[in-house]
Amino acid sequence: MLFKLSNEDLGYGGGVVLRGISIGISKGERVALVGESGAGKSTLLSVLQDRYGGNTALIPQQAGLVRSLSVFHNIYMGSLHRHGTAYNLLNLAWPQKAEVARIRPIVERLGLGDKLFVPTGELSGGQQQRTAIARAILQGGDAVLGDEPVSASDNHQSRVILAALSETFTTVVLAMHDVDLALEFSTRIIGIKDGGIALDAPAAELTRSGLDFLYRK
Amino acid sequence: MSSPQAPPHVLSTKVRRTYSPVVKTSLAFVGVAAVCLFFADISITTLDPWSELGRMAQGVVTPDFSVLGGIGMIIVQTIAFALCGVALGAVGGFLLAQVFHIGPVRWTCAAVRAIHELFWALIFLQMLGLTPLTGVLAIAIPYAGICAKVYAETLEEAELPALVALPYGTGVISGFFFARLPDVWVHIKNYTSYRFECGLRSSAVLGFVGLPTLGFYLETAFGEGNYSEAAALLIIFYILIATLRFWMRPKLVGLYVLVAPFLLGGGAAIEMSNITRFLTVDIVPAPLRNGSLTTSDTWSNLADWAGMLFFDQALPGMAATFLLTQIALVATGILALALFPLISKKFFGRVPRLIGHVFLVVLRSTPEFILAYIFLQLWGPSMLPAIVALSLHNGAIIGHLVGRFSDEVRLRPDSPRGLNLYGYEILPRIYGQFLAFLFYRWEVIMRETAILGILGIATLGFFVDSALADIRLDRVMFLIAIMVIFNVAVDALSRHIRSRLRLSTRTGQA
Repeated sequence: MLFKLSNEDLGYGGGVVLRGISIGISKGERVALVGESGAGKSTLLSVLQDRYGGNTALIPQQAGLVRSLSVFHNIYMGSLHRHGTAYNLLNLAWPQKAEVARIRPIVERLGLGDKLFVPTGELSGGQQQRTAIARAILQGGDAVLGDEPVSASDNHQSRVILAALSETFTTVVLAMHDVDLALEFSTRIIGIKDGGIALDAPAAELTRSGLDFLYRK
Repeated sequence: MSSPQAPPHVLSTKVRRTYSPVVKTSLAFVGVAAVCLFFADISITTLDPWSELGRMAQGVVTPDFSVLGGIGMIIVQTIAFALCGVALGAVGGFLLAQVFHIGPVRWTCAAVRAIHELFWALIFLQMLGLTPLTGVLAIAIPYAGICAKVYAETLEEAELPALVALPYGTGVISGFFFARLPDVWVHIKNYTSYRFECGLRSSAVLGFVGLPTLGFYLETAFGEGNYSEAAALLIIFYILIATLRFWMRPKLVGLYVLVAPFLLGGGAAIEMSNITRFLTVDIVPAPLRNGSLTTSDTWSNLADWAGMLFFDQALPGMAATFLLTQIALVATGILALALFPLISKKFFGRVPRLIGHVFLVVLRSTPEFILAYIFLQLWGPSMLPAIVALSLHNGAIIGHLVGRFSDEVRLRPDSPRGLNLYGYEILPRIYGQFLAFLFYRWEVIMRETAILGILGIATLGFFVDSALADIRLDRVMFLIAIMVIFNVAVDALSRHIRSRLRLSTRTGQA
């Protein structure tokens, strides 16, 4: 089991958002977290990140980029832990050929090829999201935790992104707002409502209308 | 409709006014300054101040650039001292900013920046003699204290969303340079270049204590009444500052900093024995130095010594410092409110604004010490030259910042013009920002009043300077310690008032 919570109250800043949460996520699962905005998907993801961050890549909701650094440098940050400090600083001042070669195919695939040396502060919301995704892909690891990583992308782009994530990571946990996409991409759906887990089932057994109740008042 | 005989209280035309806290605070400061003015000596003591002014004016219109040939090296050295001092101060400040959350570091920085560059120079003159290192350290040390504070605040206030996404196991240094520094770099760069402009002024002023910078030659020129030469020196200095952004290119900074140490000129050799004597003998209070630590006489002598210093020097010095600071603060405020329209798009067209800019640049680029020196030549020793010098210099700085801020005010298309625009639309909108700048400047003005003591105005700095002249370094240290406490207290009070009135400014430049 890669992630495991048993009967825990989760929250931040002293407030409890989710009560009595028990879940286990095994290697190889592709999980979509669904539910209204504010239901607690981000809380669940950040708890998993805090606890299992060791070999997990994170795609935070606001992309988590350094606006004044280029796409290249932001993506390279996913591999900071693999290199020595001196090499990292060298690559900050002068992008190294080997690193550019490593990163180029990732950005080409995500449609950012022409933006490699543009500061991320100058990009659109969708391009910033894809930069954060490319960073997670370069970082690699056992699993990726993503908080609405495709919220600013169109359907076609979203499929490209989800495919790329699934190829890189054996285990994927994403908060998603697009229910159709969630059903199509994931192997398991976890629905959150009223401070608890209201649904936890294999995606193959679910239909779109079966998820409607999560969004009803 | 209405009853012909309304109750009398309705007819009363008296309006009960309530004042906002901002207005009350302003009035209180004006009131205090008015009382201070009553106690301050603002007489003109020279016999014929106006003919001297005439000669100065003549000098200004007939600048004598022939001196340039001989003083080219002075300009280079003025820049070199500023470069070395600011570079060292900025690097030191940057390192200190990383540990600024540690109490003692914060307190040391506050103490270090409460002492003006000129006093640092005077202290190091005792330890190191007239050497380049004295000038460099005199700038570097207080600047490190200031930069540490500003850099630390910048780093602290920054939003750093990338930190959460850093891979587990990223090194501290890599994380700092990738995820923390880049987004605050622009602020740090801007602030440091502003500091360099201050450094040029500091460097010029250090000439007045004997270092080979502009101030040294200015003092000579003024002393000999050679105003055409003095005017030329000052004009060169203004041009230097006005063209700063053309020759201070980011790509050249590294080269400049590497070359600068070799341009500082030579000096006497540094004697280790002087440093040791300064630290272990000179600054030890005289009663302790001369007496045995075990006899009670020594300790009662020490108490007498401290009491004498405190009541005869520190207290009158603090009183004068307070009077001068409060008067200069309010005069600065009034002047800034009068000057800012000169550069504001809301009031003037391009050409008048350009003239206004030149005027303000000249006022704020002239170090307050040099302004005070000029007015002192004109009017003789009293508080008047100091008040005028401090308020002109600081008023121009705040006027410049407020003027730029007023450009951002959005007006309705049919807004009034002229004084009505000033009073009804602009002033109410900029007043909070103006007060924030002014309160930031409070501590700076107090630090500056101290150095004017060197020119004979009886502030705390005057007593420090006198003790230095007598080579009583123990007294110097005692008085400087009081100066530091006084300054830190004003800084704390200013912060308290700012937070009570909810005044804030993102610009650390005031």
